[in-house]
Amino acid sequence: MRFIEPHAHMVSRTTDDYLALATAGCEAVCEPAFWAGFDRGSAEGFRDYFCQLTEHEPRRAAKFGLPHFAWLCFNPKESEDLKLAGEVIALIPEFLDRPNVLGIGEIGLNRNSRNELKVFEQQVDLAARCRQLILVHTPHLEDKLKGTRLIVDAIKSDRRINPARVIIDHVEEHTIELALDAGFWAGITLYPESKCTAARAIDMMEIYGMERLWLNSACDWGVSVPLAVPRAALEMRRRGHSAAAVDRLLHGNPLQFLGQSLKFKLTQD
Amino acid sequence: MTRQEVLDLYFVEARAKLVDVAAFLDRAQRAGGVDDFRLKAFRAALGHLRSGQPDRARRVLAGLSDPTTQPSKSAGSKSACGAWAGKATRIPPSPKRRGTRQETKA
Repeated sequence: MRFIEPHAHMVSRTTDDYLALATAGCEAVCEPAFWAGFDRGSAEGFRDYFCQLTEHEPRRAAKFGLPHFAWLCFNPKESEDLKLAGEVIALIPEFLDRPNVLGIGEIGLNRNSRNELKVFEQQVDLAARCRQLILVHTPHLEDKLKGTRLIVDAIKSDRRINPARVIIDHVEEHTIELALDAGFWAGITLYPESKCTAARAIDMMEIYGMERLWLNSACDWGVSVPLAVPRAALEMRRRGHSAAAVDRLLHGNPLQFLGQSLKFKLTQD
Repeated sequence: MTRQEVLDLYFVEARAKLVDVAAFLDRAQRAGGVDDFRLKAFRAALGHLRSGQPDRARRVLAGLSDPTTQPSKSAGSKSACGAWAGKATRIPPSPKRRGTRQETKA
């Protein structure tokens, strides 16, 4: 089987994980900018991080034959600091022309605060001005429903944004319709404890169809499984879904969305 | 899949999770003290499991969610806790969670 990992924080993972992904049939990894687990102290810290995502990490992935792509942004967890947010957003355009950068992400909300929403809208504006794809992080647990509504409303109110170029990630049963009904793509994140299990993800696929849907592991420094996507393939197969259906969901769909960026090329292309 | 096939594939796994939930409630009861909003929300969500409606997962998630529509004045802590505390109340950060380092998912 083959698949694309459309959301993985590989800077937090070991080379063993690259080896496991490549061995399991992964053809590309895509890495959104995210929170480091602590608040960074300056914009220069973000500059270093963006260099890591666009220079160092692609070289690390290449050792395992994997193309590595990145999304850049200021993470919502740090968005209470509006001054820092402004400084970091101002330096992002310097990096947008780099060959592995696909767009702005993962922007979004964390606790649904006014400042988070303000910074989110600034980054949607940046994506619109620079004609970038958008990858959206939706909040956790009790904050997800309200946050997803705020996010969907904010993007829909910006008429420059084509919803087909936006993916709303980390959807669950109570938010998937909000994303799909508005014309966005929806991402389901497979986690052992929070977010979604493979069984629930395939339930949603069976209920809503696989149009504009992708699965990801969002593996990072916390409890997460880099091989969650191929394991979801096993879940599909044991329910009787065809190999072609698995290929469409785990390879064709991310290829369709990410291919809207001309920079997204698989090795054999 | 037929219902029989669903049961063959998932019954034992679901049974294990059901027993885990029961054991969690027993553990909380043995621990004494009073229920906070999380346990109250959890008990309320259990009601959806007995519903004949076909969207129990969505109802459970929605029932544990913040139903308000306006952005909050500030983020407070970085971490969600799994159930809505009600009104604008947030759980204050525990001593372990103060400072900049927060062990929460990105």
